[in-house]
Amino acid sequence: MIVRFNCNGRSVQVDTPPMARLLDVLREDLRLVGSKEGCGEGECGACTVRVDGEPVMSCLVPVAQIEGCRVQTIEGLGNPIVHAVQTAMLATGGAQCGICTPGICMSAAALLDVDPHPTPDAVRVALAGNLCRCTGYQKVIDAVCGALAEREA
Amino acid sequence: MLRCEAPVFRPRTLDEAFAMRAAMPDATVLAGGTDVMVYLEGGVLKPTRIIDLWGCPGMRELRFTTGGQVYGAGLTCTDVLRAMHSHPLLRDAAATVGATQIQNRATLGGNICNSSPAGDTLPVWLALRAEFELGCVRGFRRVPASGFWRGYKKIDMQPDELLVAIRVPALAGHMHFRKVGTRMAQSISKVVFAGRYSVGKEACLAFGAVGPTPMRCTAAEAALVSGASINEVVSLVEQEVLPIDDIRSTALYRRKVAGRIVRRWLDNLPRA
Repeated sequence: MIVRFNCNGRSVQVDTPPMARLLDVLREDLRLVGSKEGCGEGECGACTVRVDGEPVMSCLVPVAQIEGCRVQTIEGLGNPIVHAVQTAMLATGGAQCGICTPGICMSAAALLDVDPHPTPDAVRVALAGNLCRCTGYQKVIDAVCGALAEREA
Repeated sequence: MLRCEAPVFRPRTLDEAFAMRAAMPDATVLAGGTDVMVYLEGGVLKPTRIIDLWGCPGMRELRFTTGGQVYGAGLTCTDVLRAMHSHPLLRDAAATVGATQIQNRATLGGNICNSSPAGDTLPVWLALRAEFELGCVRGFRRVPASGFWRGYKKIDMQPDELLVAIRVPALAGHMHFRKVGTRMAQSISKVVFAGRYSVGKEACLAFGAVGPTPMRCTAAEAALVSGASINEVVSLVEQEVLPIDDIRSTALYRRKVAGRIVRRWLDNLPRA
């Protein structure tokens, strides 16, 4: 089926089986490989993208449900200007191997939209669906808490 | 890469959804995809065709009636958490389903019809004496939550029916929700509990993940209402639950934790 949606501000259309995973459409059809596949069953959050602003696991979303929606991936988050959370992740050392990082940035950006100065607890809740096996999370939480503070300072 | 070539049918109205369901009783019903997509990926579900209710108008509203609340089956956990007047017990359950990304897609109707014994919202419907409104081309009927789950993954639903809404009567009393899992978020319950207690009048002690279906401990409820001691109530709970050993926990652990949840709750209630 032909599915049309807005991807990172650009109108796109793909010809794909309707049950194809949004993750595969992004990576294979649109060559946006920033979103990673970790577990493929909605546990790890590495494939997190935003659909109409809300973070979702793109491995669990059939592309048929994306018709007419606004999708943002890590490529769109950092373009044209690198997002504050991306800068903060670099500054604090919140990224190590990097597989979880795009998903973390997408979940964090969604949080910062509604809560620009989140408490560590709010960050832990917002990132509970993004697993990281490198950082121990503390530097990630530091990055998200301070992301917009840095900019305003 | 998921290989599923099944065609997807997306009704634009509820009546169209009923007509599709009547014409395609073999179809897999899809809502937010948080269970169906996992089954497809794991190869345990091989659908011939799919009816997609995501975005179907009229299924994603919370309405208020004189007698209580009506939750559209297509409401997501996030919808419940954002709604001003959603039920506190349901909010507590919705907040424990997966994490934000899952809550943004997972629907109430999906949780109910997937009918996993560990479904986090299911004991809540038992505790709140909810009724499920099923619709089809033949009309509508209501099934009490207490009679809906007939056996392991067996539900009281005809092949042409769809779950449209959940009706929750206005009820008073002390209420409590508790989920015990490996981790606060993204874990499937080892034990999940929803309770409601009007002192001396009515009690509902509902559990998930301790039997083939979500279940109530009716003997413990009766004992509680008639003024039995907490020890007696807890002992009955431990006898009534039907847990098994599986990958997530052991029967013994689940039995003890089920009792412990009830004990902690009752211990902390103000004395009537």
